[in-house]
Amino acid sequence: MAQNVFEPWNDPAEKPLIQFKGVTKRFGEFVAIDNQTFDIYEREFFALLGPSGCGKTTMMRMLAGFETPTEGTILLGGQDMAPIPPNKRAINMMFQSYALFPHLSVWENIAFGLRRDNKPKAEIEARVAEMLKLTRLEQFAKRKPHQISGGQRQRVALARCLAKAPKLLLLDEPMGALDAKLRQATQFELMDIQEKTGTTFVIVTHDQEEAMTVASRVAVMDNGRIIQADTPARIYEMPNSVYVADFIGEVTIIPGKVHRRDKGYDVTFAEGQPTLYSEFDAEFDNGQTGYLALRPEKVAISAERPEGRTNAVQGKIIDIAYLGNLSTYHVVLPNGQKIKAQTANTRRLSRRDFTWEDTVWLSWTDTAAVLLKG
Amino acid sequence: MRRLALIALPYAWLLALFLVPFLIVFKISLSDIATAIPPYTPTLDFRAGWQGIKDFFSELDFENFAFLATDSLYWKAYVSSLTIAFISTILTLLVGYPIAYGMASAPDHWRPTLMMLVILPFWTSFLIRVYSWMGILSTEGYLNQLLLGLGLISTPLTILNTPTAVYIGIVYTYLPFMILPIYSALERMDGSLLEAAEDLGCSRLTAFWLITVPLSKTGIIAGCFLVFIPVIGEFVIPSLLGGSQTLMIGKVLWEEFFNNRDWPVASAVAVVLLLILIVPIVLFQMNEQKSREAEQ
Ligand SMILES: Nc1ncnc2c1ncn2[C@@H]1O[C@H](COP(=O)(O)OP(=O)(O)O)[C@@H](O)[C@H]1O
Ligand SMILES: [Mg+2]
Repeated sequence: MAQNVFEPWNDPAEKPLIQFKGVTKRFGEFVAIDNQTFDIYEREFFALLGPSGCGKTTMMRMLAGFETPTEGTILLGGQDMAPIPPNKRAINMMFQSYALFPHLSVWENIAFGLRRDNKPKAEIEARVAEMLKLTRLEQFAKRKPHQISGGQRQRVALARCLAKAPKLLLLDEPMGALDAKLRQATQFELMDIQEKTGTTFVIVTHDQEEAMTVASRVAVMDNGRIIQADTPARIYEMPNSVYVADFIGEVTIIPGKVHRRDKGYDVTFAEGQPTLYSEFDAEFDNGQTGYLALRPEKVAISAERPEGRTNAVQGKIIDIAYLGNLSTYHVVLPNGQKIKAQTANTRRLSRRDFTWEDTVWLSWTDTAAVLLKG
Repeated sequence: MRRLALIALPYAWLLALFLVPFLIVFKISLSDIATAIPPYTPTLDFRAGWQGIKDFFSELDFENFAFLATDSLYWKAYVSSLTIAFISTILTLLVGYPIAYGMASAPDHWRPTLMMLVILPFWTSFLIRVYSWMGILSTEGYLNQLLLGLGLISTPLTILNTPTAVYIGIVYTYLPFMILPIYSALERMDGSLLEAAEDLGCSRLTAFWLITVPLSKTGIIAGCFLVFIPVIGEFVIPSLLGGSQTLMIGKVLWEEFFNNRDWPVASAVAVVLLLILIVPIVLFQMNEQKSREAEQ
């Protein structure tokens, strides 16, 4: 299958749509955004991911124009945004609280932005109808926001900011109030909308699965800083720090002393435990502390010691998390190090090979783990 | 049973404090003036038995109401009261809205203080405050002294005993009743609504007209009624600040009662006033009901 790779950030000829240049935002003494420089490209679906209070909303509000950077500049299409008020920016934002106008009907809420542009009536009506259809709100057009459910309100908010077909759409936790099914449907709808309209999306979420599903790039934030911004696959497979590895998905972190060997590093992590080996391209000094990050699905579990594996350790199962299609085994080594291993449940539960208190072997390939500095 | 008691209580209250006094006043309005104590006839005489009650009712009539219609003084006073109430409501709204708006947009820690300042005048007697306006507005008053001192005027302004003084007095007195409901409506408003409006292309001013004003509508209406209703029957302010120039029904009522000692006519004036007031009171209740529903 020929895949058209969309990676404008790797193309030096590509002009970014948004540029953050040394942007710092302080509230009094508190640093909400700490000297950030990064680019977002046209047609991107850029996801901001991070714990509550790390500055995601602040980032959005600076883009929308409700906060001005304390230091640094934000450029949109090469133009400094500082002097442009929010109502003159070709940017629309979906608020975390939705901010629907309570005195206006669903229809009027969606039409609000279009009316401000003094568009002809027929055009407004057509556009609102289109938006209602897209968000499946046709029956609710005449209702007031307090007469519809939380999920429906969220869709009204989405429809309202989509209606103006902005160059850049900011979505602050757009799917928080939706149930799993509707959330998935909306995610695909968003991607579909983006495909059709070519709008650039910046989306805030604290749901990593959502970020992985919809985003062209994911930026993992902590304390006002973007720790890593990369494609979902690279964020998952090649995290640049223990923080990112830990934040995205499940992971086992094994700290140890590293020594160069062949194309990778030996990792000694505990007395009486075998030395592990990781073939990973990184710069470490001999004897430096490194952190081995190991995804549970890359760890095999067996009763006998597997043949020809450098990375094989023995431990006892202390917990099994049954996730339906998968099971995660929590195995503790004699030195207390815990390692998670995941297997697909191809058999019925009653036929499971291992159970609590069983002593098992865990093993992984030389390239399975990544070695991180901290 | 308990529910019945709960419902019965406010109705008993209403009966004792509103309906019974009203019936007494209404009865007096149907009587005739007399040089006696009390100064009207007939009075109900239970000792005469059934015949006494029949006599009593046969003497009641609507003469006093007919009299109100013949003398133009009365309907002019009603119209003038309504006009003054209407104009002062508008003036109070114009002064009160910006104050309420400023309070609602002040930083959180300032709000209790500002609220306090609005309520503070209630700590001194209303009468004293109106008297002090006499001191401020009179020809030799502080205002004229100040303006003369600053050289802004060469002869003192005549404000006291004019309608202007009445409007000043009413706006001053009733301002808190306008500010508080508007403030409470504005304070409840979610600030992100204005940001959303701006985000969708509104200027600050359009956002104010399209979002802030409609969302404070119930507060505005409540405030207007809270001013309009009592001002119609206002007596102290027009008689102290308005002099003989201002004709208001409250003053007419006072004069009938105390100067002419014509209780029946005074009662008829009061009954008509009440009938006039019922319209805005019902409208006010409907507004309150609507705003309660909207909140749910
Ligand atoms: N207007 C403000 N004044 C003071 N502190 C603020 C303000 N807005 C946000 N903050 C602080 O900045 C930090 C980041 O907030 P925010 O961007 O809302 O985080 P989140 O990632 O949860 O969206 C938080 O610690 C918050 O308390
Ligand atoms: Mg937030």
